Amino acid sequence: MSTEVRPDTFAMVEGPGFLRILRRELLLAYRQRGDLANPLLFFLMVLALVPLGVGPAPDMLAALAPGMIWIVALLANLLAQDGLFRGDFADGSLEQLALSPQPLYFGVLAKVLVHWLVTGLPLTLFAPVLGLMLSLPESGYLPLLLSMLLGTASLSLLGAIGAGLTVSLHRPGLLLPLIVMPLYAPVLIFGTGAVQAAIEGFAYGGQLAVLGAMLAAALALAPLAVAGALRISLSD
Amino acid sequence: MNWQWFHRLGSPRWFYQKTQAWLPWLAIASVVLLVTGAIWGLGFAPQDAKQGNSYRIIFIHVPAAVLALVGYYVMAISGAIGLIWRMKLPFVVMRAAAPIGAALTFVALFTGAVWGKPTWGTYWVWDARITSMLLLLLLYIGVIALGQAFLQERTADKACAILALVGTVNIPIIYKSVDWWNSLHQPATIKLTESSSIHPSMFYPLLVMVVGFYCFYAWSLILHTRQQILVRERKTRWVQQMVASGSTRLVEEGGKA
Repeated sequence: MSTEVRPDTFAMVEGPGFLRILRRELLLAYRQRGDLANPLLFFLMVLALVPLGVGPAPDMLAALAPGMIWIVALLANLLAQDGLFRGDFADGSLEQLALSPQPLYFGVLAKVLVHWLVTGLPLTLFAPVLGLMLSLPESGYLPLLLSMLLGTASLSLLGAIGAGLTVSLHRPGLLLPLIVMPLYAPVLIFGTGAVQAAIEGFAYGGQLAVLGAMLAAALALAPLAVAGALRISLSD
Repeated sequence: MNWQWFHRLGSPRWFYQKTQAWLPWLAIASVVLLVTGAIWGLGFAPQDAKQGNSYRIIFIHVPAAVLALVGYYVMAISGAIGLIWRMKLPFVVMRAAAPIGAALTFVALFTGAVWGKPTWGTYWVWDARITSMLLLLLLYIGVIALGQAFLQERTADKACAILALVGTVNIPIIYKSVDWWNSLHQPATIKLTESSSIHPSMFYPLLVMVVGFYCFYAWSLILHTRQQILVRERKTRWVQQMVASGSTRLVEEGGKA
């Protein structure tokens, strides 16, 4: 039996549409505090396997650190994507959101923003600690933080497209990772590129600029695709 | 401008009837072009100064890679047309294009690996072009898998169209990857705007092969689409009448089957 108490109407909290959904989502996230630690635990768990798998030699770990941290952050983000719309789809509030007079775009944006606040942001803030454990060279910390700050937001937006497309499926299984992974790849390339460049003593502003551009494009376009995907899933 | 042809595209029956006349021509053109190109390229084109005979796989590798990328646009644009004008036929074309594109991408990757062994000394490198072609393969497989996951064909069509459209952002990156990142894969040798860096004696057989692959692609796409149309329209009268007559040719309205 689910002990979760869901705010059943959007009218329960006051304010304009976008903020109302934002507050509802934050409230939901707060009521399921236990789930908040899941991506972080996954992050820690998988990275603890790296020294066990490749050996604890610090130079080896230092060479792997930027890539490993980024890959595991990406997987942790992917893990959290599946639940993004599932609860709302199951109890019908997604339908209400789609029927409401305000554009679905903003509803999606609010939900993705909260998703990022509870997964991407904690992962970003946690990443330097794991960098320390994997003996990431000193010059890599700032670019790691900055690239993950920009990159995880793009990941949340792109992943939401996959989540929207698969929300009506009973057993999405590997489908969500399969359709989202090719979209995640460019973010990973430039994210690790920034950290790698900084460690090797090069300027990393270019990679961060590309990540920023990706985020800007994703911010403008991804919610449209998500809204379209959700309307299709709702008509299934 | 007369838009009648465009509206007709919405009718699977019209498409089925029209294309049955094109099929033999496309089949002849692809066989003739592919056989000519293959004999010309494999037998008569000169050896490469550096790579010897091993370069000859280019006559399959390049056309397959070109069509793999073009096929993605065919799929995505058909999906967009289907979404915008809510037509049945473009969705069928889109769904038919996915497995063909995936197969061509695989052929490009496979021939690339075979070519890589004698020239680069390895079957696989994580190079920009190769990695991005692998992503293209995953995009195709994603569209196929998403299409199979839905119970309702209509929902599956629209979902695939959205995924295909979102995936198009990767295509220019794949196409330009060899120029943007200085990678192991050689830069494009055939250019439309400047003179190509490939000798005419090798370029012309390659051109024949590319055109042959285009014909072959169109042929298989139409065949696949026609087969899909029959499956989807199996409950309609025209399909049932045609099947009952024991033929796969659609006779004009009013004609005796």
